[in-house]
Amino acid sequence: MSSPENQPQDAAVELNFNDTELTLGLPGAAKTGSKREFSHTLEASSTSAKSPAQKAQVVGWPPVRASRKSVMKKCKYVKVAVDGAPYLRKVDLEMYQSYDQLLSSLETMFTCLTIWNDLNQKNCERGKNNNGGEYVPTYEDKDGDWMMVGDVPWNMFVESCKRIRLMMSSEEATTGFGARRGSSE
Amino acid sequence: MQRMALSFPEEVLEHVFSFIRSERDRNVISLVCKSWYEIERWCRWRVFIGNCYAVSPMMVIKRFPEVRSISLKGKPHFADFNLVPEGWGGFVCPWIGAIAKAYPWLEEIRLKRMVITDESLELIARSFKNFKVLVLSSCEGFSTDGLAAIAANCRNLRELDLRESEVDDRNGHWLSHFPDSYTSLVSLNISCLGSEVSLSALERLIGRCPNLQTLRLNRAVPLDRLANLLARTPQLIEFGTGAYSSEIRPEVFSKLSGALSGCKQLRSLSGFWDVLPSYLPAIYPICSRLTSLNLSYATIQSLDLIKLVSQCHNLQRLWVLDYIEDAGLDALAVSCKDLRELRVFPSDPFALEPNVTLTEHGLVSVSEGCPKLQSVLYFCRQMSNAALITIARNRPNMTRFRLCIIEPRTPDYLTLQPLDAGFGAVVEYCKDLRRLSLSGLLTDRVFEYIGTYGKKLEMLSVAFAGDSDLGLHHILSGCDNLRKLEIRDCPFGDKALLANAAKLETMRSLWMSSCLVSYGACKLLGHKMPRLNVEVIDERGPPDSRPESCPVEKLYIYRTIAGPRLDMPDFVWTMEDDSEFRIS
Repeated sequence: MSSPENQPQDAAVELNFNDTELTLGLPGAAKTGSKREFSHTLEASSTSAKSPAQKAQVVGWPPVRASRKSVMKKCKYVKVAVDGAPYLRKVDLEMYQSYDQLLSSLETMFTCLTIWNDLNQKNCERGKNNNGGEYVPTYEDKDGDWMMVGDVPWNMFVESCKRIRLMMSSEEATTGFGARRGSSE
Repeated sequence: MQRMALSFPEEVLEHVFSFIRSERDRNVISLVCKSWYEIERWCRWRVFIGNCYAVSPMMVIKRFPEVRSISLKGKPHFADFNLVPEGWGGFVCPWIGAIAKAYPWLEEIRLKRMVITDESLELIARSFKNFKVLVLSSCEGFSTDGLAAIAANCRNLRELDLRESEVDDRNGHWLSHFPDSYTSLVSLNISCLGSEVSLSALERLIGRCPNLQTLRLNRAVPLDRLANLLARTPQLIEFGTGAYSSEIRPEVFSKLSGALSGCKQLRSLSGFWDVLPSYLPAIYPICSRLTSLNLSYATIQSLDLIKLVSQCHNLQRLWVLDYIEDAGLDALAVSCKDLRELRVFPSDPFALEPNVTLTEHGLVSVSEGCPKLQSVLYFCRQMSNAALITIARNRPNMTRFRLCIIEPRTPDYLTLQPLDAGFGAVVEYCKDLRRLSLSGLLTDRVFEYIGTYGKKLEMLSVAFAGDSDLGLHHILSGCDNLRKLEIRDCPFGDKALLANAAKLETMRSLWMSSCLVSYGACKLLGHKMPRLNVEVIDERGPPDSRPESCPVEKLYIYRTIAGPRLDMPDFVWTMEDDSEFRIS
């Protein structure tokens, strides 16, 4: 699985969920990134940022602690529900730069779940869900509608996402995705 | 035991000594004569160890058998900026193991930049029946499970302060481990924690602790819960909010404002992440009481900041982002005549172009308007010698002056000259200056000034400065009271270091990274100076796989009576005093 630092920061149109397939495994301690990793990530992603007003950074200069570097970044915590999981988690969407990063992080968080059955071999009708078909990542947007994760550019997604639900795709197949759409306009 | 002919009885001396609280004075007392040394060591209650590797736990325990309070510092200061690789050291485990056995009545542990594990926290929780204070400042290596052990077992805990530590934050349940019978909390600082603590558990906890004075919440505590929390603790003196934004609801605003006003002793505010400016007026009613305000995470603009600080007539300490701009600092200079400490942090440190109008003018204003200003940390993008000279003349009472001009080697923007004269004026006029951080374009000249005038200087930070070894030589030979010196990216090499080797034994530590000190010189220094640990940090591999003249990546030298440390990772080498290096 490629590391977050190497992911291009582009609008994620082609999503490959193979890498994010949830599997059985021991619950991993979700490493939230040491001081060093965080700033390394930050510096790496900053240098690949589109803005020319950001320059290549010298390590440790200016002398600002890691906790202060992200002052300009907002914090956007959303609840993440996984069907069948006994509890929800929260993630800060501002910590990620792409769908891949988010989904691989969610995989780490939920690897302890053993609820998957092997009924689902169907692909999602949009053709984007190319994994073994165990789950479909969806989210509720500002209008209250349940949307497929991955359709819109990442930044737009972060802005509009209120909560995330990883749906069992067998449920999706039986209930029909359309039935999930909220009716509030 | 030898006694002086005319000495007082021991008990009387001991009683007299008990009034001497400062560690330095205690150290001096113990040097008077052997009997005073003996008496003093038996009644030393508080020990401060500025470098955990300078002495071993057994040595401390042997000399001071009755310690109730221990403070330890681990990693060098530059670790805050990621210059010290992970795994370098500062492991507190051996200390905890030793003091758990030796000091069953220990009450206080304060650690800074150390690595502490859950096992150590659990050992603390089990070992000290009267444990009262745990301060973990910029520490790491532990999780909320360790905190749960502390909460569950330390019946007499008064202070739990995690300031700026990196905690493996598994969940917020640890807070619920404080038993219902626990009521002694005085200070709680969880501002560094990421996840949500159970708010109802928090409310119950603070509701049953009538002596609570300090409560610093974390970002995850929502604004609309603050009023309820504050209502339960009207005696609060220091308060840190969580995220300071919420949907605009009038009742939230008025409840919060009322709750804040209800805390008549409230003097210090912090937190203020994600500030929604419309909620700032909630604190206006208490502004005139505030002595300390930390807005360094508050992304609010100059006008809002001006409205705020203009009401804080009793403010002594302000930490703020450069959003305050020169205009805001002008307002500060007019309104806050009691200001002692100002820290201005960069909102966008990596932008090439300034995103705010914060220049040297703001600092000059404050130096003019605030007669008690003595401690400054200031990030900006331009500076002039004229401004620095003005500041120095205005504030000869300055004791801490840290200036960070964001772009390295930036000259005086008016004259394009180095800033030697400006910093020279600072050290010359500010005769009590104890701490100085330099930046901008600087030649060896500035170090000549520092060596000449910086007689009270104890800590000096240098980056991207100087021309030659002469610069380092001026510092080491001139600054009589220097204790900590940290240098990065300067053309300082072997000569000055070796010529001033003896000086290093009078200091706590020297850090040099990306300089020109050769491996050969390090070996020589280690060989000559057995009471120094000369540690080479080099992630490129063993230094002897390169020529001896090759500069080392990083160098950390500190005085010690404990010999070379044994817990070094594979990228650190201690220069042995028999001039062989040891791979750990």
